[in-house]
Amino acid sequence: MKTKVTLNVNGQERTAEVEPRTLLVELLRDQLGMTGTHVGCDTTQCGCCVIHVDDKAVKSCTMLAVQAQGKKVVTIEGLAAADGTLHPMQEAFRDHHGLQCGFCTPGMVMMGVDIARRLPGADEKTVREQLEGNICRCTGYQGIVEAILSVVNPGAVKEHHHA
Amino acid sequence: MRNFDYHAPASLDAAVALIGDKEDGKLIAGGMTLLPTLKQRLAAPSDLIDLAGVAELKGIKREGDEIVIGAMTCHADVAASDVVKSAIPALASLAGVIGDPAVRHRGTIGGSIANADPAADYPGAVVGLNAKIVTNKRVIAADDYFIDLFETALEQGEIITSVRFPIPERAAYQKFRHPASGYAVVGVMVAKFGADVRVGVTGAAGSAFRASDFEAALSENFSADAIKGVKMSPDGLLSDIHCTNEYRAHLVGVMARRAVAEA
Repeated sequence: MKTKVTLNVNGQERTAEVEPRTLLVELLRDQLGMTGTHVGCDTTQCGCCVIHVDDKAVKSCTMLAVQAQGKKVVTIEGLAAADGTLHPMQEAFRDHHGLQCGFCTPGMVMMGVDIARRLPGADEKTVREQLEGNICRCTGYQGIVEAILSVVNPGAVKEHHHA
Repeated sequence: MRNFDYHAPASLDAAVALIGDKEDGKLIAGGMTLLPTLKQRLAAPSDLIDLAGVAELKGIKREGDEIVIGAMTCHADVAASDVVKSAIPALASLAGVIGDPAVRHRGTIGGSIANADPAADYPGAVVGLNAKIVTNKRVIAADDYFIDLFETALEQGEIITSVRFPIPERAAYQKFRHPASGYAVVGVMVAKFGADVRVGVTGAAGSAFRASDFEAALSENFSADAIKGVKMSPDGLLSDIHCTNEYRAHLVGVMARRAVAEA
């Protein structure tokens, strides 16, 4: 039996018919057509599907769409300004070469924004610990950590990786 | 995932009525274990009753000599709570090393304790800090709560409402973290309440337990040196793909000494 779910996605009210077992990431990608949020593992481990629900980073493969009823959801598509100006975290990933193949990037950027919100001034060790649940298989952590650090604690950036 | 009917009650009474009414219903808290379990079809309940909308199950407060944490409080909120950090810093730091940041935003203390995963962190704190599990029916002492692998004293349809932690003089939690999953291969919570010392161990056996030989030695002399010679018996401890029971027995001693040194 399908049920109706209404949620705010990137500032817009969206309503969809879902099965109770529909995952939030399935609603976003398959029904709302927002494929910026990726599914890497589907087992809560890789972090490619990280989005914000009520301003907190969560793994959208491990949340039901019906659990997002009435919630405020922000995905990677919602970070840049309407005129296309990148969010400072996106700009930092570009500037510090924080991506290689790009598959983990949406989750990394969303987690980076969450880290910046919770832990302003965090040091490099803290940033690395906070990325526990986000896996990059290109082993590009150096640039990712540097990009996030450049936003949360610019003085702590020791090197600068360029593309 | 098999399909199910979803319910989002707004009160504890409504949740209790729903779980009593459904043939094969299951409560969902943060879902950090249950949803992966459903995906693997290791469980296929007829109904999911979501406790997220029950406001009375959330929140952290100090009541006298206890810290009371609502069952639906997420790990991130416990880790960041000034109330918890000032009264029982060991509990806040334990909550901060569960899973990863995104998991800590969803996973709850009530869900963790009701699930009773042998490698979860909170059971070590419940046993080590002598917490009381408050349900919609009664109060259960920590020593009576954990029975075995994923088995607790909770009855069918019984809902945890809060967990009450007595405030110790000193306490610390140390875990040997599985490098991939983050679960405790062994985790030890050491807590000193006046002359009494409790040592709660998680990850090592089917469920959390007290290491009584360590408690006795630490009650005499609360120092890491006092338990240097105390050996944990490997009998009854877990052996699995991660390590043997002998290795876990050894880790109990190492983690206990580190915890005492930190407390």
